[in-house]
Amino acid sequence: MAEIALRTPVALGHHGSQNAMLSQAAPATRISLRVRSEDVSALSSALGVDLPVKPKTSTYANGRTALWLGPDEWLVIDEGESGLMTAAANSGALHSATDVSHRNTAIIVSGPGAAAAINAGCAQDLSLDVFPVGACSRTLLGKVEIVLLRTAEDAFRVEVWRSFSDYAFGLLAEGARDAAL
Amino acid sequence: MLLIHCPYCEEDRSELEFRWAGEAHVVRPENIAAISDEEFAEFFFLRNNEKGLTYERWRHIHGCGRFFNAARDTVSDRFLMAYKAGLPKQPVPVAEKFAAIAEEKSVETWEQTEGDAR
Repeated sequence: MAEIALRTPVALGHHGSQNAMLSQAAPATRISLRVRSEDVSALSSALGVDLPVKPKTSTYANGRTALWLGPDEWLVIDEGESGLMTAAANSGALHSATDVSHRNTAIIVSGPGAAAAINAGCAQDLSLDVFPVGACSRTLLGKVEIVLLRTAEDAFRVEVWRSFSDYAFGLLAEGARDAAL
Repeated sequence: MLLIHCPYCEEDRSELEFRWAGEAHVVRPENIAAISDEEFAEFFFLRNNEKGLTYERWRHIHGCGRFFNAARDTVSDRFLMAYKAGLPKQPVPVAEKFAAIAEEKSVETWEQTEGDAR
């Protein structure tokens, strides 16, 4: 479904500031996954990525990232060849998987001021000891809900609903400008 | 900004991520068709609206999405504890309780400052 996700929040080119660069993430396939605790291992092996059970953590394997959103809820992102829905359906365990590839888009925030740019609209503590590389959380950016994933010490992936992405991008651009001051 | 502890995320988060969800530990009658109108009104409409220590349901709607229960002081707005949904009413730790009572005494309430002047 990723190929029909045409509406993009960002025109091509450089955005943000010298301290916090903003760019659009590559198209990806995503599923919203709900699984009971006893079926987590079955879904993990079916998807080829271990679903994390510790709050605020994510795992990466075989081109797929699994993000802990809640005690029984995950967001799985696949940037390569898809097949997430088929893999989940073949798990043989009770679960609920919804293809949200077209609902979400992602903005990559990178640079030494990336955390400061996001903190312009997000109240979470993004220091490295509390929010290390690989940490993820569903939270708020200004008025919209986002899923935040730290991909490197100075890089974040901001998953946001597509129709909210203009707002999220605008707020991040303002934050990036402040982070350069 | 208040920080609220989510027992599922196991950390303090900003109040912006949470939604209040009414009084906690309101038990639904086992056979709701058999109770009288008065009993139904008591269960369905009437809430204690206590001043001071109160038990409430909260939802971490912009985080893990889970409902949980919290003990809160309605005078000082201080959260005394939070625990997972489904657990019985948890006793508030004594030290927290005394701290809340001490704070309550020092908080200026409408009754203290304006009550007699009316």
